[in-house]
Amino acid sequence: MLELGLIVRALLRHKMAALIIALQIALTLTVLVNAVFMIQDRQASMARDTGVNETDTFYLTSRVFAPGYDYQSEIPKDLDLLRHTPGIIDAVYINSVPLSGYGGYQRLQLQPGKDQSSIIAGDYLSDDHLLNTLELELIAGENFQPEDVLIQDSNSAQLPAKIIVSRAMAAQLYPDNWQRALGSTVYVDENVPLKITGIVKTLQGAWHFWDQVEATIITPVISLTDAGIYLIRTEPGRRDELMPEVEALLAHSNKNRIIRSVTTLQDTRDESYREHNATNKILLLVVVTLVLVTAFGIVGLATFGINRRTRQIGTRRALGATKGQIMRYFMVENSLITLAGIALGAIGAVALNIYLVETFAMTPVTPDLIVYGAIAVFVLGQLAVLYPARKAALISPATATRMV
Amino acid sequence: MFFYYLRLARISILRHWGLSLLMVTAIALGIGAAMTTVTVNYLMSADPIPSKSHALHTIQLDNWDESNPFKEGLEPPPFLTYRDAKNLLSAKKAQRQTMHTAAKAVIEPLAEEDLPLYVTVRANTADFFTMFETPFVYGGPWQKEVDDNNDLVVVLSEKINERLFAGENSVGKSIKINGDLYKVVGVLANWQPKPRFYHVDKVKAFDDSEDIFLPFTAITRKKINFDDNSYCWGPTTDNWQDYLNSECAWVHFWVEFNSPAEKQQYRDFLNGYVEEQRLYGRFKRPNDNRINTLEQWFKAREVINKDNNMLMAMAFLFLGVCLLNTVGLLLAKFLGKSPEIGLRQALGASKSTLFYQYMVESACIGVMGGLLGLLFTYLGLAGIEVLYGEKMKALVTLDAQLVIFAILLSVAATVIAGLYPTWRACNVAPANQLKSQ
Repeated sequence: MLELGLIVRALLRHKMAALIIALQIALTLTVLVNAVFMIQDRQASMARDTGVNETDTFYLTSRVFAPGYDYQSEIPKDLDLLRHTPGIIDAVYINSVPLSGYGGYQRLQLQPGKDQSSIIAGDYLSDDHLLNTLELELIAGENFQPEDVLIQDSNSAQLPAKIIVSRAMAAQLYPDNWQRALGSTVYVDENVPLKITGIVKTLQGAWHFWDQVEATIITPVISLTDAGIYLIRTEPGRRDELMPEVEALLAHSNKNRIIRSVTTLQDTRDESYREHNATNKILLLVVVTLVLVTAFGIVGLATFGINRRTRQIGTRRALGATKGQIMRYFMVENSLITLAGIALGAIGAVALNIYLVETFAMTPVTPDLIVYGAIAVFVLGQLAVLYPARKAALISPATATRMV
Repeated sequence: MFFYYLRLARISILRHWGLSLLMVTAIALGIGAAMTTVTVNYLMSADPIPSKSHALHTIQLDNWDESNPFKEGLEPPPFLTYRDAKNLLSAKKAQRQTMHTAAKAVIEPLAEEDLPLYVTVRANTADFFTMFETPFVYGGPWQKEVDDNNDLVVVLSEKINERLFAGENSVGKSIKINGDLYKVVGVLANWQPKPRFYHVDKVKAFDDSEDIFLPFTAITRKKINFDDNSYCWGPTTDNWQDYLNSECAWVHFWVEFNSPAEKQQYRDFLNGYVEEQRLYGRFKRPNDNRINTLEQWFKAREVINKDNNMLMAMAFLFLGVCLLNTVGLLLAKFLGKSPEIGLRQALGASKSTLFYQYMVESACIGVMGGLLGLLFTYLGLAGIEVLYGEKMKALVTLDAQLVIFAILLSVAATVIAGLYPTWRACNVAPANQLKSQ
């Protein structure tokens, strides 16, 4: 059956050539599996939902430079102006923008007092318009009321009575049942109580690379600083048209400041994941060229093997072997070599993964990826050998005998 | 003989042009991938201040919460509290010392028709300039007394001097920030250390240096606000003075030593300092005082990001695949020449002659692969610039050293790849080959 014994004996006569292809296939599988795994890993982290409307939202920084600027009245004035501008759905003054890399955090603890364990949460300081501006989905409790909002200097330590938390944060506080968070009291600064009055489905924090990015809270505080951020959501499709208009509007309404970095949330996301994107593209390129190099290598080696054995092939044909049998010979030969390579490569893939896990704190690769990789490499080998095998099958018995 | 072999190699390479092209391309791709990642890593880890890198150190102290460590078992906060920085600065126990932080400001127009100018600010003490060897075109650092006497002075970068004073000597002139006038005492020449060693982290390591430099007292006296990472624990503070006295860590603190002995002395001093602070009920965690060299600091702050190291590992494995590919193809090719080799041996060619000849052929393929590989490296770096954007611009240039390394790498790789096939080819038994002719 399949002339296995014959093929193995023939292979053993040229073991180095076979070994080299097997090694190449092993290394290919090793790199392939790990590269694809890394790509998936990054893709998964980029695919996480921020929970906010990213398409229609942009923001800008208002950098105040004149001494004696009256923040208390100027900021509400700005907000009023923005919220009444046609095309703008809602706008807020906020301390930080999701995924922007700049933001604040707060430590929450379930019990008051010193020496209690605490959970860190990304902290958005804004007002009762934030949910509407970011189009956050409130899944429990209620939004803030205007009177809940504290307006104060950024150095002030006064805290409001209520906060809204993300579901991920709620689940961290109450791992058994996140719904218990609603209405419960948490403490900051050891013993300052805050009541959780609302839970939003998803809201990512400022740092995409932080494993706590999903754990966020919204504090109803307008924190007055000389570099405040206005976050603005427009009607669908009007963002790009409104960006320069809003910039000009604010710049003209008060000359004691510079309006800077007018940026869309989409650009912020792209900038934030730029490295991930770049790495993925490079890895993809590596995978594609790797597959091509290996495929062409197999074609080249098989062609040479066949050229060397032209006479034997001719003889076999003369003795009655069909074209199909000749082709089968080379396909089976290739599959034997590939299987050896795959066995070695699977070990290599796991070894490389262990190294990457230990050195770069990556997550371990899943076994099914190795299986898929092995199947892909096997198919690749068979496809690559198809053309040379067909050429071998076309060798006529007469050519072979003439060559003597 | 060498040139004769070169000619033979040319004939042989051209006869099997498809195969040769495949080998050259494979090597070139491998070299291109490996060199691209090597270049990025090499330039990322370049010494930004070779004359001083052994002497400069940054300090970390573990002032964190007894029950909630800053990073469990890993490291203390990356910066100092203002209190500690101030205390260490006035102790003057190192050759030089400086504290600094980042800020942003707007330079207000002095004339009605001018526009306000947004600038990045470094707020630092006087030693910053001498420690980090900032080059001056006009003037120089401010006097050390400024750090105590609250004078409002400024050092401008070349770019801002160009913008505000048309590049002329502006020493003695003034700029206005937040209603205050700051007197220019110096103008820097273009100074862009890469990585920007005095302030590095995951995202900022390759940023440009600041537009203007102000005395640290501009921050402490709240003339401008600092805009930098701050890590806090303990009670939230109500006003600026409390914040300065709080356990918030936000001040970068650097020292310069001339000898290892000085470093040891400083370590002892730090231990003593922390002990003394414990008397005031601070520093309740075990001692973890760190004096980081630049190298240690870059590592802790992940200046070379993990992705680059990972990509370099992958690129070298890729090069491995390409070389195995070449070994296989060369083996096939040389074995295909067995009859010819047998004939030559029968006519009296020695094994070493044949070995020499085929090694020349391998090396030729290697050099071609290397040259094409350089082109691929160039394209790869251009691609990286597109993918990573402006920030990487300084990191994607090839220098002579790298070019030579690339060619050597490719020739060495192919010669090693060619060794086994050549050796096999030279070991054919002539009699067998002749019989089968």
